Amino acid sequence: MTTKRKAKIKPRIGMPLLDPLKRARIFSEVSLGYRAEDAVLEAKRCLQCKKPTCRKGCPVEVDCKSFIRMVAEENFREAFRVIKDTNSLPAICGRVCPQENQCEGTCKLRPTGQPIAIGRLERFVADNFYARTSCEEETGFMECLLPDENLKVAAFGSGPSSLTLAGFLAARGVKVTIFEALHEPGGVLVYGIPEFRLPKSVVKREVDSLKHLGVDFKCNFVGGMSVTVDDLFADGYKAVFIGVGAGLPKFMKLDGENLVGVYSANEYLTRVNLMHAYRFPEYDTPVPKGDKVVVIGGGNVAMDAARTAYRLGASSVRVIYRRTKGEMPARREELEHALDEGIELEILASPLSFAGDANGKLQKVTLQRMELGLPDASGRRRPVPVDGQTFELETDMAVMAVGTGANKVLTQTTPKLKLNNRGYIEVDPATGETSMPMVFAGGDIVTGAATVVQAMGAGRLAAKEILGRLKKS
Amino acid sequence: MINKILKKRILIPGRVSELTIYAPHIAEKARPGNFAVLRLSEKGERIPLTIADRDPENGTIVIVYLVLGKTSALLDTHVEGDVILDLCGPLGKPTEIKKQGEVVCVGGGTGIAAMHHIAKGNFEAGNEVTSVIGARSKDLLLFKPELEKISSRVLIATDDGTVGHKGFVTEVLQKYLQNNSSVSEVVAVGPVPMMKAVAKVTAPFDVRTMVSLNSIMVDGIGMCGACRVSVGGEIRFACVDGPEFDASRVDFDELMTRLCAFRDQEMLSMELFKKSEAS
Repeated sequence: MTTKRKAKIKPRIGMPLLDPLKRARIFSEVSLGYRAEDAVLEAKRCLQCKKPTCRKGCPVEVDCKSFIRMVAEENFREAFRVIKDTNSLPAICGRVCPQENQCEGTCKLRPTGQPIAIGRLERFVADNFYARTSCEEETGFMECLLPDENLKVAAFGSGPSSLTLAGFLAARGVKVTIFEALHEPGGVLVYGIPEFRLPKSVVKREVDSLKHLGVDFKCNFVGGMSVTVDDLFADGYKAVFIGVGAGLPKFMKLDGENLVGVYSANEYLTRVNLMHAYRFPEYDTPVPKGDKVVVIGGGNVAMDAARTAYRLGASSVRVIYRRTKGEMPARREELEHALDEGIELEILASPLSFAGDANGKLQKVTLQRMELGLPDASGRRRPVPVDGQTFELETDMAVMAVGTGANKVLTQTTPKLKLNNRGYIEVDPATGETSMPMVFAGGDIVTGAATVVQAMGAGRLAAKEILGRLKKS
Repeated sequence: MINKILKKRILIPGRVSELTIYAPHIAEKARPGNFAVLRLSEKGERIPLTIADRDPENGTIVIVYLVLGKTSALLDTHVEGDVILDLCGPLGKPTEIKKQGEVVCVGGGTGIAAMHHIAKGNFEAGNEVTSVIGARSKDLLLFKPELEKISSRVLIATDDGTVGHKGFVTEVLQKYLQNNSSVSEVVAVGPVPMMKAVAKVTAPFDVRTMVSLNSIMVDGIGMCGACRVSVGGEIRFACVDGPEFDASRVDFDELMTRLCAFRDQEMLSMELFKKSEAS
């Protein structure tokens, strides 16, 4: 693209944000969302390409071009219907998808540095749609489709993959029952992602809209323990979807890792998000209040934990990452938000051990200074220890955000499921079907930790396949 | 109605009670050693409680609780007919029970209730069960009649000597093991210091010894790692890898430290609860 043409491109309409000074210590949502006039202006920047590439960048194939045109025409209702046609959870995707690598990453305006803010538009359209109870709005049909009780499909887990599958099937007359182990539906959307990034009310709205479509949620049912795959088939379910996530937190096998004061990010975030421990003692679940906090890891979960700790009153929060800022897997936007709020980075450092006092409480962490060596299999330069360079940081709370593994609760009680060597479920990539006929799986329990929208893509794939087979039989 | 309390039996007034709860899907699947997680109110915490018995025909499970903190105190205000808001289970790996001869089941305090289910499982598998139970005093001994039905003998220790041996269950256990070389397994459930002492007592006898650990848990399904314990130097999660582990490999001191992690907050919650109950 020539400089001349580049000059004609108007910049993206900025996202209104809560001021960093105001927001850094509270749990209110940071991004405020477009107003209608912002959305229309942004949508009008769209080139309406003859051969759009944005849709191909989306794991659930949202027809971005069409919905953006409708926003430009101020037909927000129709825009919602276009999105909802392929995406059951637009208000969530608009908030937490890494759009820069997906729709916006493939936007023709990307080379100018000013791609259309598709994620912000999607969020606007979803947030503005409030006629939630009308089936016609949900499904595009004039009347509610009564679920066919003979076409029963069950899903384990109520995270993004199962919610997407349920939305797709329920809108087409299939009776879907979701079994969730925790007391609240939403999976990682409720226990993992903090309120300031994804308000729980947004998740609840999406779940409620599925309930209106006739989806049943059975909480406190653990797949493989309270109810098994075989039970469900015996009960007349025609297909089962497994979307239980990859919730097993990893630790690093370091000395002192079990001291009081060292937490997995999952524990810390579950206490705060699912159990509302940030409102202790009004809520019963306690949460550790760290003063000098370190967070180990460089992904979105590390950012969430760090920003949460700061909101809970820490005087300093340091994110410790073994590579440099450029290699951090966290979304740029989340990293920038964290830095704006006062989170510090300690790059090229990796923990060696934790030490505590006589009562077993964490006091300090010893870190190894790293440097970047040759690229590894992922293409990123491998961090290698710098000989003899270690240093200590005082800390009373450390959060381990170094990834998760496969949770075995369901897989080990379902021996017929074929797993890979890391304990994840093997599926046919074309259909999502597992080694057990009519048992499908998707999301993190298949891929390992990935994004919300990738899990949704897997839910959609399995839902299409299940529907096809149910209609045939 | 699901999660309804059908029966409440007060075992030690104000301290320990037994609830029979209608939860058919849990009753059907629960095995000895399993536990359940419950939550009592919209603002409540999740706490794990061992399943002390089950009756699949009537669709009920039995739990026994000791009033310790706010949640157990709130549970103690529940009466027959009340419904538990959230009850999730069965959780954890069940006890590995095989026909193997004689099994000694050791229970201390409220742990006797949890031990009862394991003893019953062994009895039903055809093993000879010797129960060793202990409490501070005669009135605090739980499940004695139930255990007498399934045990070849019930040996007792009380701190004050009101019944049985005056002293600890470990002393009774040690003497029994000295005189009976045929014991193939010891299972112990109770306070951490008791389980630690059991591990020490059985070590010289080369008898498989299992303990059921009561770590702090949040979700109870392997997601958070709050319940992690060191077993043989490795991190294991009590909720999904346990709750039963080989006693000789458990780091009990670390477990005791971790159980106190939230003591200040727990005491504050309890204080506030007492105040609100009083007013």
